[in-house]
Amino acid sequence: MGLLTSLRDSISRVTDGLFADDEPKRIGIYGPPNAGKTTLANRIARDWTGDAVGPESHIPHETRRARRKENVEIERNGRTVTIDIVDTPGVTTKVDYKQFLDHDMDKEDAVRRSREATEGVAEAMHWLREDVDGVIYVLDSTEDPFTQVNTMLIGIIESQDLPVLILANKIDLPESEIQQIANAFPQHETIPLSALEGDNMDEVYTNIAEYFG
Amino acid sequence: MPGATPDVDDDGDPADDGVRIDMISGARMEGLASMEKIRLILDGVRDGNIVILEEGLSPDEESKLIEVTMTEISPDDFTGIEIETYPNPNTADRGLLGKLIGRGSAQKLTVIGPANRIETLHKDENLISTLVSRK
Repeated sequence: MGLLTSLRDSISRVTDGLFADDEPKRIGIYGPPNAGKTTLANRIARDWTGDAVGPESHIPHETRRARRKENVEIERNGRTVTIDIVDTPGVTTKVDYKQFLDHDMDKEDAVRRSREATEGVAEAMHWLREDVDGVIYVLDSTEDPFTQVNTMLIGIIESQDLPVLILANKIDLPESEIQQIANAFPQHETIPLSALEGDNMDEVYTNIAEYFG
Repeated sequence: MPGATPDVDDDGDPADDGVRIDMISGARMEGLASMEKIRLILDGVRDGNIVILEEGLSPDEESKLIEVTMTEISPDDFTGIEIETYPNPNTADRGLLGKLIGRGSAQKLTVIGPANRIETLHKDENLISTLVSRK
């Protein structure tokens, strides 16, 4: 089966090359809420364009609209790879406004945030089915990766034959367990990083250029 | 026994006494379009039932299930779904062979319930343990 997979990948690379155009590939940054997706998007955007993508927060569902940063040029090994980064809302199967009441919000604000969050998740799923050419899947390495949302999303991404990089974020925290993520998704390469501190970003950029260039 | 076979009380609503579980066979789902499957699931879950699918959903249907669920969430009424399946050990090798034999033939037991009534206690490759509460 490994042979078949390799064959499939080789054919895919050749056909991709044949039909490649000059348009930057749209790379969606996906993952559960609070994994550090916007922190990563901002890190990439600041490193290569000088601008940020959106506000970061420890409160879940801070990102409630997909945001695109266009024409991010990443230089690696003497060549330049141009991508559009799409920072997406964290994907979940449930949103209860009461979770926001613990973050000093009144009910009206919490309900509004909840409604916007559900719209954002639906939007993220639509982008995944229709509008991205590759996926960076961000996981919090201090959390259990064996969740249904992760299993389903990786399955959805694989079913569409989208190239995917799995990033084990927050390695600056002492509870971080990178191997747990590698064990959860052994079919994909797992790259450790701290988007907040900028740790191991060189390896991240090298892999982005290799996978999505 | 409380739970799977609720008695009907004086009000006639069996949901007051227990938790209804709908086990839907693969044969029943086979003839349905994607949106019909999602409607069947969500209608049951929104009524407070636990829905068990013998053969699960395809990845594309799972994606649409999440999307439709999000559009139906409303404060103090419906907070979404809890869904559990066994991890599929063959996902890595599904590439070419998966296409040949028909991608999306999930065939994985799937449990879906209202998020405010079902809580996953433990999950691994061989066991899903959930706690189901009454209303």
